[in-house]
This record gives sequence, structure tokens and C-alpha cells, in this order.
Amino acid sequence: MNIIVSIKQVPDTTEVRIDPVTNTLVREGVPSIINPFDENAIECGLQLVEKHGGKVTVITMGPPQAQQALKDALAMGADEAILVSDRAFAGSDTLATSYTLAQTIKKLGEYDLIICGKQAFDGDTAQVGPGLAEHLGIPQVTYAIDIEVEGKKARVKRLLSDRFEVVETRLPCLITVVKQMNEPRHASLKNVMKARKKEIPTWTAADIEADESRCGLNGSPTNVVKVFAPQRHTQGERLEGDVNDVVERLVKILREKQVV
Amino acid sequence: MDFGFSEEQLELYEAVQEFCDDVLAPKAEETDAKGEFPWDNVKQMAQMDLFGIPVPEEYGGMGLSWMDWAVVGEQLAHACTTSGAVFAAHMLCMYPIMAFGSEEQKQKYLTPLATGEKIGAMGLTEPDVGSDAGSVKTKAKLVGDEYLLNGTKIFITNGGAAETYVVIANANPEKGMRGLTAFIVEKGMEGFEIGKNEKKMGFPSVPNTELIFQDARVPRENVLGREGRGFRVAMDLLDVGRIGMAIGAVGLAQKAYDDGVAYSLVREQFGQKISEFQAIQHQIADMAMEIEAGRLLARKAAWCKDNGSPELSKIAAMAKVYTSEVCARVCNRAVNIHGGHGYICDHAVQRYLRESKLFELVEGTSEIQRNVIALEVLKEAISQRK
Ligand SMILES: Cc1cc2nc3c(=O)[nH]c(=O)nc-3n(C[C@H](O)[C@H](O)[C@H](O)COP(=O)(O)OP(=O)(O)OC[C@H]3O[C@@H](n4cnc5c(N)ncnc54)[C@H](O)[C@@H]3O)c2cc1C
Repeated sequence: MNIIVSIKQVPDTTEVRIDPVTNTLVREGVPSIINPFDENAIECGLQLVEKHGGKVTVITMGPPQAQQALKDALAMGADEAILVSDRAFAGSDTLATSYTLAQTIKKLGEYDLIICGKQAFDGDTAQVGPGLAEHLGIPQVTYAIDIEVEGKKARVKRLLSDRFEVVETRLPCLITVVKQMNEPRHASLKNVMKARKKEIPTWTAADIEADESRCGLNGSPTNVVKVFAPQRHTQGERLEGDVNDVVERLVKILREKQVV
Repeated sequence: MDFGFSEEQLELYEAVQEFCDDVLAPKAEETDAKGEFPWDNVKQMAQMDLFGIPVPEEYGGMGLSWMDWAVVGEQLAHACTTSGAVFAAHMLCMYPIMAFGSEEQKQKYLTPLATGEKIGAMGLTEPDVGSDAGSVKTKAKLVGDEYLLNGTKIFITNGGAAETYVVIANANPEKGMRGLTAFIVEKGMEGFEIGKNEKKMGFPSVPNTELIFQDARVPRENVLGREGRGFRVAMDLLDVGRIGMAIGAVGLAQKAYDDGVAYSLVREQFGQKISEFQAIQHQIADMAMEIEAGRLLARKAAWCKDNGSPELSKIAAMAKVYTSEVCARVCNRAVNIHGGHGYICDHAVQRYLRESKLFELVEGTSEIQRNVIALEVLKEAISQRK
């Protein structure tokens, strides 16, 4: 199987703060990581290739530093990696990003499956995967928790809010995966050493024959009006101690608030 | 001597550290408490390619250095002492096959050990044979194309879990020590049984079992090196084993230190953090200093191994005795810093203190290490006088 995994480098959100004065993300000194859901996508690709043979190619659109995310993906065991990077891509929204990635994949040629994480940790839009499928004109299945490939078909189990759904689709198609699908592997020593030796080519807008009016800010109808930290809800009150005592106090409070 | 790590080495250690932080460390307590061989950790360590670090690539290893093995061993022991102990004991079996094995033996036995597909163990100690390793009583008698082994080994780390054993027996008791011979024995060979698993002061999840040989049939081609070379094999593997003990001791000491320091920074008495008391600070300073010195000595031993230094036996013995004694002192201090809380099982430091004792006793007690060191340094002194 020829599998393409599309990933994004994101700031490690567990270490991101919002500047209380300017209300913007403080990115200085925050380490960059592979978007966690994309690690599940890579793991999914690696497992499918282990089962069916083939190779996993990882792509990302981003600044030159996004190389590191690709290196990390190679260290997990991916076979090839391509960075798509050009000043023309700066300021891309999800529409421009999915267009750019689609152009990249067209240049890559034949493929059976494209896998993405269900959404990016920083933007949380969940739009790039589906957008990419639309640009390529292939079927898409989102929120996959399990994929079974048989010949030119895939059976995909989707994790929905209150149920599972199993759908069948023809290949090639695009699938976005949820975190519950698998446990992303750690980089083994062999793969770290292999990744060090791998060249990661950088493709520009010209390389992927992108129409610049559809890239970056030019191609992005979305405007970010404001980024702000939501008001924190005040912490609830915690009642502790002897059960009977706590229940009595709870009832009293509820009565006072006229809930009961 | 140059410990400057290359960019590649640092990347490898970082990958191992991520694995330690994400997988081993969070369940170290559970791994210890379970009292079962940590198969899950071992499988993941194998997937990480950790077992065969210094083994050549053609035998499934990584072709890296003993220094790399030493750094990784310390990382593992720091994250999970149980996994670190399995890792170190595995080498006692793998190393002699790597150093003395024939091509066929390496293909057959070294490769699955290097990939971690199989676990290894080494049997030298017997009920009446401890420090005096040359006096092994287990006998091996050549009958046709097979040796028949008779005797009992005790305290064998990884016993039962391991599928490959390097066993020292005497094939020619009249020749005394020169009759000693090393064999590769497979689990399941006729006449070879795993006996009881000991209850211990620490490391309940690391097995220490008897190996029982009753006319155990070991093919002649499983002799390691050749008949009569067993003592040499044992001494060589113990040099490596001592490096393994030293890095384990440093890893554990560092963990106890980390816990002690962390506690001193949050615990308050007399209106201040206990880390502000000079008496505590001096203990922290001593711990930091001794761990640093121990780590340098352990890495020097690894460096000696990498560079074929004639000082290896001396430095490995120094590293083993020094780091194990540092480890015991540091763990003791880490308990002290925790006060009475350190005696309570909610904190891991009491376990570290129990575990630390191991490093002083096995693979040659501190007394035996001092014998080795004295012998070596006196030899040097005498040769200089001539
Ligand atoms: C947890 C654990 C794991 C082990 N794993 C293995 C293993 O995997 N494989 C294996 O073969 N063995 C293993 N051993 C055995 C271990 O190596 C021996 O216990 C150790 O070498 C000491 O031998 P002994 O217990 O018989 O002590 P003894 O030799 O009886 O020593 C008793 C005391 O006498 C002292 N002493 C002895 N001789 C001298 C001397 N010449 N000069 C001064 N003092 C001396 C010792 O230092 C010690 O203080 C393990 C032991 C333990 C506890």
C-alpha cells in the first residue's frame, strides 16, 4: 500500500500560555511537536504497511523548522518525508492549506490511502483533512478508530459521540483518525539512526505547480478577528469529611440556593 | 579519554529518555509491586532496539559502543530499577557469546538475544560457591557428542524468564580451575529444570532462581570457547557485569537523589523549606558530588571496554565498588531527608534503600572488588619498581 500521512507541527499546547495583556499565544520557548492526533495517523499508516506491505510517506506544509516534525515521523518508522515550504504559503487558512497539500499529493503520484489526524491541537478546526479529500475528489471518512483494508476497499469504524458506525469505502480515500485508535510507537534506536541519514526534500509553490492566488493569505478567505482566553469558571466548592455530615451540609446549601 | 557525545548519540539518548519517561517510569512502582517478570516492558525495550546496543549489526545488534550501553543502562535503571536489572543481567549471557562464541553459536544464540526476542541469564553461583568462583562444583561429563551436566546453580537473575543460559561447570575436576568450561544451555534441554524463585529484600519482579541439572544433555557444540576456558570466560564477563552493576547503581542513586531533593523543596518545618537547613544542604551536596564521581568512574570503565584498555578489570572493579557504596549511602540519605515519611511505603525511597544493597553484593562483593583492585595496583607498583 502506498500511504500518505499529512501532519502538522504544533506548539506543545501543554506548555502554551496566553499573554493576559495582549490575549495572544505566547510561543517563545514553547517546544514544537507533531500534532498528537497526527502521531496516531502515522502509527495507523505504519501498522497498515506492516500488515499489507508498501510504504508510508509523510508530508507537511510549514516553515523550514517543520523539518523536525518530519524527522520525528521518520524516526517513528516512516519511509519518506517531504516538506512543503514557501513564503507564498504564509498565512494559509484551512482552505489554502488543503489546496496546497492536494497539489503536493498530486505531484507525489499514485497512492492508496491518505491519513490525517482528526484535527490539529492548535487550530482545532478539523477541516484540512476533509478539505484535502474534496480538492482531490476522493471519498473521505472521518473519526476512524479502526481500519481494515481488503483489496481496493476499506472498512472503517467511526467513533461518534454516542455510537460506532462502520462504513465501507473504495480506495483511494482519505481517513482522519482519533486518538483512541492506537498507541503511537516510540522512536527506536534503529529508526533514529535511519532518520538521521534520510534527506528530506523541500518542495516550493513552483515545485507543486500551485496557483499562488489560491495559496497563503491570497487564498485564505478566513480572517482571525480575535484570539482570547475564555473566562475561567470559578472553582466549585468541595465538601469534605464524614459522609453524613457532608450530605447534611450539601442539602443545606441546595436549600439555600433554592434548588430543592 | 573523551566523553564528548556526538549529535547522533545525544539523539539516541533522547529517544531512550522519552521512552523511559512515557513508558517505564510512570509504572515503575506497579512493575515492582507485581512480583512478575516485566514482559511488557521487556517487549517494548526490544522494540526500541535497546538490548543489542554493543552487538555488531550482523548479529541483530546496533553496532554501538559500550559507552552507549552504559548511558542507556543508567537511564533505564533511573526510570525503572526492575527493567534496569533485567537489562544488565541479560548482558551477562549475551556478552560471553559475543566475545567467545563460534560463528554458528552467534547466528543461533546471539542474534535473538541482541534483538531482545529472547532473554538471557548466566549461572555461576552455587550453594557452596560464591565469591570463590573458581570452585564451581557443577560437573560436565563428555559422553559421545554430548556433555551431561550435574549440579545446582542458585540466585540466577532472569532464571525462568530466560531461554538462553551461559552456565559455568567443571568438565575436568582434577585440573581444578582449569577444568572450568562455559556452556550455552537452552531452556527445555532434557535434564535441565528451573528450581525455586527466591524471596528477596528487593526486586520481587526480577526472578532469582535455581538452575537444576540432572544429567542435563548439552550438545558438544554448545561449549563456549573451548573446554577449560570457563574461568577466563567468567572473569571477562564479570568485567562487563561490573560495568552493568555500576551504571545501575548510578541510575538508582540519581533517582533517590531526585526524590530527596524534590521532597526537600516542598517539605516545610520550623517555618521554612527543609532545603534551607544547612544540614540538609550538605547532604544534598554530598549526594550530588558522589553521584557525579561515580558516574565518571562507571563511564571510564565503559571507555576502557571500548578502547581495549588493559586497565579494564581494575577500573570496572573500582567503578562497581564505588558506585554501589555511593548508591547505598545516597539511598540512605534520601530516606533521611524524607524523615519518618521515608519509612512509609507511600514514598519510593524506602524501596530504593532496600534495592541499593543488591549492588554491593552481587557480581563480587565489595570485599572481592577491593581484592581485585589491590591485586591490580600492587602488580602495577611491583612492575614499576623493577
Ligand atoms: C539478587 C541476586 C542476584 C544474583 N544474580 C546472579 C546471577 O545472575 N548469576 C550468578 O551466577 N550469581 C548471581 N548471584 C550471586 C552473587 O554473585 C553472589 O551472591 C556473590 O558473588 C557473593 O557470593 P556469596 O553470596 O556466596 O557470598 P560469600 O562468598 O559466601 O561471601 C560471604 C562474605 O565473605 C566475604 N568474603 C568471601 N571471600 C572473601 C575473601 N577472599 N576476602 C574477603 N572477604 C571475602 C564476602 O565479601 C562476604 O562478605 C546473585 C545474587 C543475588 C543476591
